[in-house]
Amino acid sequence: MTDQQLTTRAKVERSMTRRRRAEMRFRAYGVMSIAFGLLCLVVLFSNILGQGLSTFRQTVLEVNLHIDGDALGISRQSSEAEISAADYETLLKNFMREKAGATSRDDRRLAGTLVSVGAPWQIRDAVLANTDVIGDHLRLEIIMDDDVDQWYKHDRDIGQPGRLKDNQIKWLESWIADGSLHTRFNTTFFVNGDSREPELAGIRGAIAGSLLTMLVTFLLSFPIGVAAAIYLEEFAPRNRMTEIVEININNLAAVPSITFGLLGLAIFIGLFGVARSTPLVGGLVLTLMTLPTIIISGRAAIKAVPPSIREAALGLGASRMQMVFHHVLPLALPGMLTGTIIGMAQALGETAPLLMVGMIAFVVDVPNFISDPATVLPVQIFLWSDSPERAFTERTSGAIIVLLAFLIVMNTAAVWLRRRLERRW
Amino acid sequence: MKHIVAAGVVLLASAVSSVASAERSYISIVGSSTVYPFSTVVAERFGKASGFKTPKVESTGTGGGLKLFCSGVGEATPDITNASRPIKDSEKQLCASNGVKEIVEVTIGYDGIVLANAASSPRMELSVKDIFLALAKVVPSADGKSLIENPYKTWKDVNPALPNVAIKVMGPPPTSGTRDAFAELAMEGGCSQIPMIKEMKATNEEKFKAVCMGVREDGAYIEAGENDNLIVQKLGADPESFGIFGYSFLEQNADKVQGSKINGVEPTFDAIVAAEYPVSRSLYFYVKKAHVGVIPGIQEYLAEFTSAKAMGEEGYLADKGMIPLTEADRAKVEASTKALQTIGM
Repeated sequence: MTDQQLTTRAKVERSMTRRRRAEMRFRAYGVMSIAFGLLCLVVLFSNILGQGLSTFRQTVLEVNLHIDGDALGISRQSSEAEISAADYETLLKNFMREKAGATSRDDRRLAGTLVSVGAPWQIRDAVLANTDVIGDHLRLEIIMDDDVDQWYKHDRDIGQPGRLKDNQIKWLESWIADGSLHTRFNTTFFVNGDSREPELAGIRGAIAGSLLTMLVTFLLSFPIGVAAAIYLEEFAPRNRMTEIVEININNLAAVPSITFGLLGLAIFIGLFGVARSTPLVGGLVLTLMTLPTIIISGRAAIKAVPPSIREAALGLGASRMQMVFHHVLPLALPGMLTGTIIGMAQALGETAPLLMVGMIAFVVDVPNFISDPATVLPVQIFLWSDSPERAFTERTSGAIIVLLAFLIVMNTAAVWLRRRLERRW
Repeated sequence: MKHIVAAGVVLLASAVSSVASAERSYISIVGSSTVYPFSTVVAERFGKASGFKTPKVESTGTGGGLKLFCSGVGEATPDITNASRPIKDSEKQLCASNGVKEIVEVTIGYDGIVLANAASSPRMELSVKDIFLALAKVVPSADGKSLIENPYKTWKDVNPALPNVAIKVMGPPPTSGTRDAFAELAMEGGCSQIPMIKEMKATNEEKFKAVCMGVREDGAYIEAGENDNLIVQKLGADPESFGIFGYSFLEQNADKVQGSKINGVEPTFDAIVAAEYPVSRSLYFYVKKAHVGVIPGIQEYLAEFTSAKAMGEEGYLADKGMIPLTEADRAKVEASTKALQTIGM
């Protein structure tokens, strides 16, 4: 039986199974590729969460410290400067030696190193906040050294000593037994700036730096980007010149971001003398990077506004400018905002261009203004990942979690805005 | 609408100009990523203990730092640059041509460079000659007459006393100061022991340098980037591989990795202090004298850095893994820094 002898119907029926199978296969490939993507995401998240979640717990020692005014040379009437200058380090070291019952020289040193370098400052701040404790007892949760923190959170469960000595572990175990050594929510991580002591290091400085940088970026790139998109789409004549501009904008969107850093270094720092390492110069550089994204998405949003609305406005006697600002722009704005948020989210995660303008820096003080030295979240992650102290590995993942949270919030906001404000014609 | 836009432009312009001309009230430090961990510790303590703002420390690498440092005098340029090697003559010239004529050099301590493997594997005992033969791009042929591409695949090929394990060493890229120092101290030390190459030094020094410091590119030496933590992690995952990094990373991860003995000396704190361990170098920073007294706090920062509390044998920098100077040397550095003694240009 040859093909010619078959009816069309029979031919179709014969090919049916083959075509169905092809479709099933194609669907399976789709499901597989999505599953693979999801698997990568799950691995990434579980890895980061697994390493980073412990950042949010901090090991502290509950103490009832006698603030001996005579030994410190201060009284309740002392001035603030005197109280600040008192030697809390010796007070705390002596207390720790006593608590541990250390007598030999080695033991005394070991007992002193259990608490964080920042603990004396913690006591100082507590005394300054309430001078009535001078001569009395002060209840305080003292931050422990990063070695103790790492041991308590990780090594203890698997019976490893970590970087601690046998005697230190003996003391710590006894304090765990009486409940004075425990973990609490790591507020330090959210209220402190950077530090070289992992237990004192926090991301507030980096978050403030990121927000200030984003503010500069937004204030510059949004107006410029929107204006450029409106002009190119509504006013510019279609000729060779605008075509060249358009090609260049599309090209700029694909230029490696480090190039913008070099440009920023040469122009903003070299030519205009803007200070290095400030959110101002970082924001300027990131503006260059986000502008193409905003212009392209802005033009797409304007294009999506149906011509009938323009024609109606013009027909009723509106000028071109009135037509754009009264009718087209309000309708295109949701799309523009979505593009801007996505561009900003991209800028938030950027490190390479900031490297060139000196934002890879150790900055302890939390920046308050766009001219203060600052760093940003991704740079903070980069700096911590390069630190020798092992506790910084955990902090690195912790900061990544925070950065991811910011990015998820921004991208969700973009999707939500689009859903809510989108108009269909 | 117009007014808002105009006001915005004026505000932004004034902000930019005020920021650009604002007086800098904090110390600006740039330079070596090796010195960065130590310099930042001092900066932080200085900021907390004194009334001054915490200095800003940038990690730009030794060469990049000196370039910025030598770009001129004034608030826009850094006050201090960290270095993991002494300043070069070419850099001094660059400084001088830009008006930076008075520079104070401060030696802060030593850093050992280690060749380490996973703690679960046996500890290696290498000589600098073994290191050269294992990692060089070209080595002498069997008859010792000509130079050939490095044929050695395992450590046993290099030296019969070593285990039969493939040569796999992860280390920093050529831009790194650690790599420079390792090539100079370990590899050059090793190749000077080979008579044929040693002769070359007298006749053709450039070629001698190229032969001694050229690292093989056939996959046995893996450029692992500047992140030493990553190298430490990879060593744990692959017990047959080795890594090159600074002593402070070995100290922090002593339970995961171990330093190989080089010329019979284990890289320990004491051995590096006593200068017995062959692969160690000095660390420095340079201060622009013209900025002292202009930018607040520079002198106080120098005093904090050179004090026994920080840089001394029992100081807090030693706790962070820096190998300190001897007490006598430190006192000398402290005195000359206090007097702001400049180096010859």
